[in-house]
Amino acid sequence: MMTIRRLGYGATRAALAISALATTGVAQALGDKSVTDLPGGPRVLGLDFQPAVTDVAQQIKMLHYGMLIVCTVIFVVVFGFMFYSIVKHRKSVGHQAANFHESVKVEILWTLVPFIIVILMGAAATRTVVAMKDTTNADLTIKATGYQWKWGYDYVKGEGEGLGFISTLDTAQRELSEDNKAAGNDYLLKVDHPLVVPVDKKIRIITTADDVIHSWSVPAFGVKQDAIPGFVRDTWFLAQKVGDYYGMCSELCGKEHAYMPIHVVVLSAPDYTAWVATQKKALAAAADDPKKVWEMGPLMARGEKVYLANCAVCHKPDGKGAGPVKPLDASPVVNDKDINAQILTVLHGRLNGAMPAWQGKLSETEIAAAITYTKNSWSNHTGQLVEPSDVVAAEAK
Amino acid sequence: MSAVLPHPVAPGHDHDHDHDHDHAHGQPHGWRRWLFATNHKDIGTMYLVFAFTMFLIGGTLALLIRLELFQPGLQYFNPELFNQFTTMHGLIMVFGAIMPAFVGFANWMIPMQIGAADMAFARMNNLSFWLLIPAALMLASGFFLPGGAPAAGWTLYAPLTLQMGASMDSSIFALHLMGASSIMGSINIIVTILNMRAPGMTLMKMPMFCWTWLITAYLLIAVMPVLAGAITMTLTDRHFHTSFFNPAGGGDPVMYQHIFWFFGHPEVYIMILPAFGIVSQVVPAFARKRLFGYTSMVYATSSIAILSFIVWAHHMYTTGMPVTGQLFFMYATMLISVPTGVKVFNWLATMWRGSMTFEAPMLWAVGFIFVFTMGGFTGLICSMAPIDIQLQDTYYVVAHFHYVLVAGSLFGMFSGFYYWSPKWTGVMYNELRGKIHFWTSLVFFNLTFFPMHFLGLAGMPRRVADYPMQFTDFNQVASIGGLCFGLSQVYFLLFIVIPVMRGKGEPAPQRPWEGAEGLEWEVPSPAPWHTYETPPKLDRTATKVIG
Repeated sequence: MMTIRRLGYGATRAALAISALATTGVAQALGDKSVTDLPGGPRVLGLDFQPAVTDVAQQIKMLHYGMLIVCTVIFVVVFGFMFYSIVKHRKSVGHQAANFHESVKVEILWTLVPFIIVILMGAAATRTVVAMKDTTNADLTIKATGYQWKWGYDYVKGEGEGLGFISTLDTAQRELSEDNKAAGNDYLLKVDHPLVVPVDKKIRIITTADDVIHSWSVPAFGVKQDAIPGFVRDTWFLAQKVGDYYGMCSELCGKEHAYMPIHVVVLSAPDYTAWVATQKKALAAAADDPKKVWEMGPLMARGEKVYLANCAVCHKPDGKGAGPVKPLDASPVVNDKDINAQILTVLHGRLNGAMPAWQGKLSETEIAAAITYTKNSWSNHTGQLVEPSDVVAAEAK
Repeated sequence: MSAVLPHPVAPGHDHDHDHDHDHAHGQPHGWRRWLFATNHKDIGTMYLVFAFTMFLIGGTLALLIRLELFQPGLQYFNPELFNQFTTMHGLIMVFGAIMPAFVGFANWMIPMQIGAADMAFARMNNLSFWLLIPAALMLASGFFLPGGAPAAGWTLYAPLTLQMGASMDSSIFALHLMGASSIMGSINIIVTILNMRAPGMTLMKMPMFCWTWLITAYLLIAVMPVLAGAITMTLTDRHFHTSFFNPAGGGDPVMYQHIFWFFGHPEVYIMILPAFGIVSQVVPAFARKRLFGYTSMVYATSSIAILSFIVWAHHMYTTGMPVTGQLFFMYATMLISVPTGVKVFNWLATMWRGSMTFEAPMLWAVGFIFVFTMGGFTGLICSMAPIDIQLQDTYYVVAHFHYVLVAGSLFGMFSGFYYWSPKWTGVMYNELRGKIHFWTSLVFFNLTFFPMHFLGLAGMPRRVADYPMQFTDFNQVASIGGLCFGLSQVYFLLFIVIPVMRGKGEPAPQRPWEGAEGLEWEVPSPAPWHTYETPPKLDRTATKVIG
């Protein structure tokens, strides 16, 4: 017994020492001790759910605390018996084996007691299950579409109806990841266009996807709903506090799965109204006219931006591709005399969406700009200029 | 009269790699002995060696995963390769390590435990093992095919599988072969148990390991074809323009998940029930007291098996199912904890007022009960649909299923290895080394996986190659724990397995454990190549050979 105690003690000591070592190692390895909790996102050494800002998330938290209590009680009782037995009923202390091996009473008891606990658990959880499923009477309905690897948001109904944008991980952060220079409190959680919603309003999120299954998840809201291609699902939340809230795609969706965060900004009602107004103005101003005829210079400049924001993730900024991703530099499709070869590839994608179909996700102008850029960059010198009208023509085919 | 053939080899002499065994039947030698093997013990050995090899490969992949996750940022692998590692780690561990290892235990022990001469279908037994080799090669070859290994997760969810390269197809064929192998193994086990028990060995006197395997074998026959169906549909979606799961043609990706988990949930119990059986034999042996509630153990195991068919959608709450569906699967899932609890209580009652000693098999069994139950607690927590939705696809789930699969299945197998290896090899393993293996594994297992609960609660998704900075600390602890856990298993291989396989150690007596009961302890150690060639005459309890 002493051996076991000593071993157990030693083992615990070793575990603690190693944990301590690891924790110190963190700071040194990162050379950045400034990481702190991200409000509305993960916390340093967080041991619990993120702070709840919806009623549902609060209920989940309470259910979890309840379960922790139940489990702790069972743990103490069951393993109290076990360790008492391990200490007392051992041969080395001269304990003789008893000879019982059945007891209907005890067996019925320890079948019934867990059964009752389980019924109580079921009863406790049912209300929340039903509440989570009630997506009726929403004030604002937003469609969240999962793309490899970004989220598209469309304001379908309610204040802000008609707005729509794509929300992508900050490209600088993706590069930090690639260069192994992770830094910042919102590392991998910052997006170019966060989803903006009003506080204290019931927001219904309709999820779907364009290619593979993604999952729209914001822990602080207690929301996680798969976005399934070809199908529409919904979920809801009612945020009770303004602020920034973060989540990450929660269904493996391919190589950039770690890089499609969800960032929700909750604004007060007047701020939200103001935001909607600016967005509508910007939307009108930014609309590209596909009939416009472009010169090479501005189109190349535009194309570089589009390329870096959308294509460089896979094809790399130098156009060399990586692994299964085809290089664009010196690519026969890019250098094809018939501009339609590349236009059609970009519009419709290839290999079941491994190369995504960009039709509808980028405007004709953006597609034309990106293609023109690839045709005249690196070692590609086709001199070809693809006008938005060429893309429109290809779309009609 | 003992029905056992005299063994030509002196105890303590290497059995497994010995070519100088019984010549009576002119059995083949050298590589032919293994390639044409029909002897259940030889085939059992091959299964165990194969499974341990796959375990080391899968473990290496796990360590590569932990290496990349040691720090935020990408250090060693691009995200695509990382996804290949997680996928292959899962596939190799489930189909290459755990399942074949238990079949290896079944091959070795079931005929000896029920007093049968061999498995019912000796040649099919050979085939079911040798199918695993091309299957494993095809699975592992994925890394060398264009585009690399499959990277869609071991669950192979559509439509992500449609984007994979050629390795997806080779993996699907590999799974088909492994499934065929499992089905053949199961048929063999069922027929052996139902038809070849020695006279007097009634079903309700059978050792618990045989019982749990009998039930497991039925589960396997029921669900392996379901998996085969799902992956075949994936294959035709990929190549023959069907649209079972491809939404572009009107298919339903969620249907794939339903079919997969209809296989997948019973699969979870396929991987744990035989471990329950091992523990149910080890605990009484070292408590020197009969198993408490044998009958209720059998019924509890059967209930778990039956319930396992009606809980599959608890893996899918976040796909969005109707509220009634969610409630049904939640209640059914919670119910499983009742028979599982009964099993734990029965083990404790067996220990209670026993006369316990703590040799390595018992340490592993007690470790199993302790740590597996923690996995049970997190299972109970996850059974509540609202909590599960919050935890779905986070590291909490990773922690949960490693608590039940590593601390459950693997610890159970280690317990079985230490318990039965004297019978297999004829030598005792080194007790101190066995204890070192246990304590290091227990500590480092917890160091690896316990922090993952916190990561999951805090919101870290699984299957990500990089993560926000706030998750760094616990990931580092987990990586260090993982490395040490892996080294413990290398220690096990080098200092325990290889020595006993080479016959180094104290010669093992016929019954090395004072309290061990059962027919496997009625034959010498190492077990002769053929045992119970004629049915033995058993005593009333069917644990001893008389006459």
